[in-house]
Amino acid sequence: MSDKTHAGVLSGEFFMQGDIACAEGAICAGCRFFGGYPITPATEVAQWMSERLPVVGGMYIQMEDELASMNAVLGASWAGIKAMTATSGPGFSLMMENLGLGIMMETPCVLVNVQRGGPSTGLPTLVGQGDMMQARWGSHGDYAIIALAPSSPQEIFDLTIDAFNLAERYRTPVLVMTDAEVGHMTEKVVIPPPDEIEIVPRRKPTAPPGEYMPYYVAPGEWVAPMAVAGDGYRIHATGLTHNEKGYPATADDSSQWPLIQRLIDKIEKNRDDIIVLEENGLDDAEVAVISYGIAARTAIWPMQMARAEGIRVGLLRLVTVWPFPDAAIYDLAGRVNGIVVPEINMGQIVREVQRAAAGRTQVISVPHPGGGIHDPYKVLDAIRRAAGRKVEV
Amino acid sequence: MGIEMQGYRLDKTMEQHEEAEGWVDEIHGTHPMDDLLRTDRLPHIWCPGCGLGTALTCFLSALRKSKFDLDKVVVVSGIGCTGRVAGYVRLDSFHTTHGRAIPFATGLKLGNPALKVVVFSGDGDLVTIGGNHFIHAARRNMDITVICVNNFNYGMTGGQAGATTPVGGVTSTSPYGNYEYPFNVSALAAASGAVYVARWTVLHARRLERSIHEALLKPGFSLVEIISPCPTGFGRRHKQREGLDTLHYYHEHGVIKHGADPRETDIGLSGALVEGKFVDLDKPTFLEQRSRRLAQALEK
Repeated sequence: MSDKTHAGVLSGEFFMQGDIACAEGAICAGCRFFGGYPITPATEVAQWMSERLPVVGGMYIQMEDELASMNAVLGASWAGIKAMTATSGPGFSLMMENLGLGIMMETPCVLVNVQRGGPSTGLPTLVGQGDMMQARWGSHGDYAIIALAPSSPQEIFDLTIDAFNLAERYRTPVLVMTDAEVGHMTEKVVIPPPDEIEIVPRRKPTAPPGEYMPYYVAPGEWVAPMAVAGDGYRIHATGLTHNEKGYPATADDSSQWPLIQRLIDKIEKNRDDIIVLEENGLDDAEVAVISYGIAARTAIWPMQMARAEGIRVGLLRLVTVWPFPDAAIYDLAGRVNGIVVPEINMGQIVREVQRAAAGRTQVISVPHPGGGIHDPYKVLDAIRRAAGRKVEV
Repeated sequence: MGIEMQGYRLDKTMEQHEEAEGWVDEIHGTHPMDDLLRTDRLPHIWCPGCGLGTALTCFLSALRKSKFDLDKVVVVSGIGCTGRVAGYVRLDSFHTTHGRAIPFATGLKLGNPALKVVVFSGDGDLVTIGGNHFIHAARRNMDITVICVNNFNYGMTGGQAGATTPVGGVTSTSPYGNYEYPFNVSALAAASGAVYVARWTVLHARRLERSIHEALLKPGFSLVEIISPCPTGFGRRHKQREGLDTLHYYHEHGVIKHGADPRETDIGLSGALVEGKFVDLDKPTFLEQRSRRLAQALEK
């Protein structure tokens, strides 16, 4: 990979590791800052960035911990640079503090979590999907978040670009929730020519410095254009509840209401623009498998076995996990006899599926504590149960 | 528009009288620092007798003398009374999370090396919760100026003990006297690799301003430690009921020793309060080191 042309876009076909595909996707999206801290199984993202960024005019720094990493990313974004970090569970926990700051200050950036088994140090080298609820609720206070879940190295590449674009469009940190299997998997990855990659640039203010208010959102829009440090606007941004000028407004709830409501609405009310789902074989399905990431991929074999037994089973893969696709699942729940949710945790997203299904069909969890992928026969048994077949115990 | 106060009524304030009479100082306008302050955010939250006003004035005065393009100067603060500085300066400014001003500033500087990045925060923020970031930025010789206002306690939250509270210091969380050894902020910076270290009390305002000016112009990691009264949180528990009492204390105990070994400048509840310029040396900054190394390594 010595071709450094097209501002870092290495167009071509590669046999590439997921973590590296993530880094290349970021570079294609225009990411020119990476602040991180080594952690298995996300380290390869940092390693690759440390090698690639300097030769494409970017900046790599290894920070002292993940608290610092997340802050450095926010700082770089406020200097006008597209910025990213990558980590795994223990580092993700440390990043929660300043993920909140990024949300409050409305700072575009991308945070990649190559999930491993937890809690605590857990299973450093082995797969997990146990941070899915932490992704949604991990930082304190109320907010909404965007989280994407790739199932292959190609998809890590694609979704990392999407994550940067969503981050700019909605002025918010975006999470790429991958896992050790996908991150450490090596597969074919196609990097398209630069002119085929959609890049959302940062929207800058057009108002003169005296008139621009950093958090004034025009009617019909969800976020303000973003002036950054050095643009001459002399902005102030704070993690405190603030008004349209960006000034602290903490005496009562008069600024808290519109601010928090908008931080949530800008994501929740744009579900149609944000949410990507992949359907496979759902047209005639009596049973639906709903899953994401590596667990969705490993569900395919048991689904094929179920089809061979005459069970009409289809897959709804959550490419976007947050915001949650309530409407699609409610609709699906009205059409099938049962839903099966395999995931490499003890049952996190299945709760959301149950909530969205609203009792219209049975929802069966296929949990796994992390450390490996599902035994396909456990998924098959769940599909059989959902179809009303007898299952030998 | 008048003001009702306990049954008495002021038809107009003295400020309104001045305004009506057009009594604006012809040389300075309303205040000589107004162009550098977000006057629409005043009054500030700081207590009477606090040293932060002096510290901020010295900074702004030094900044003006530095001749930097003020559109390229960024102030980053953490949390606490000093953390509010970012909200009062009419500059690009960021009020970040507790202890994290330095890594945020690091990202800003590396994102746009043309920026002059100043971290302005308190002792609890910078060397207690943020101690790890402080030593690592100094180690890297990151190109930022850190102004640390040290009042030996957490003032905003009611005067709790922190990593700078002297042994024996009585605070709301060390009611029997602090028994932990404190950090010496200047010595910590020097030991970690800072290229410029100075300490002044707010009483020594001229020297403080000069040191901040030097620090701003110094490439690499510079630290100015400002010893400052906190009558509300700390002073009143140490026979310094007013900020002025603490300034008297500085006058009586302050000893200027330029070039003093920072290890011998520990601050106690009594005894000499050593101040001065302790470190001023030349060493390639993080960005210079990086450019040099990459130029060598990537040379074909």
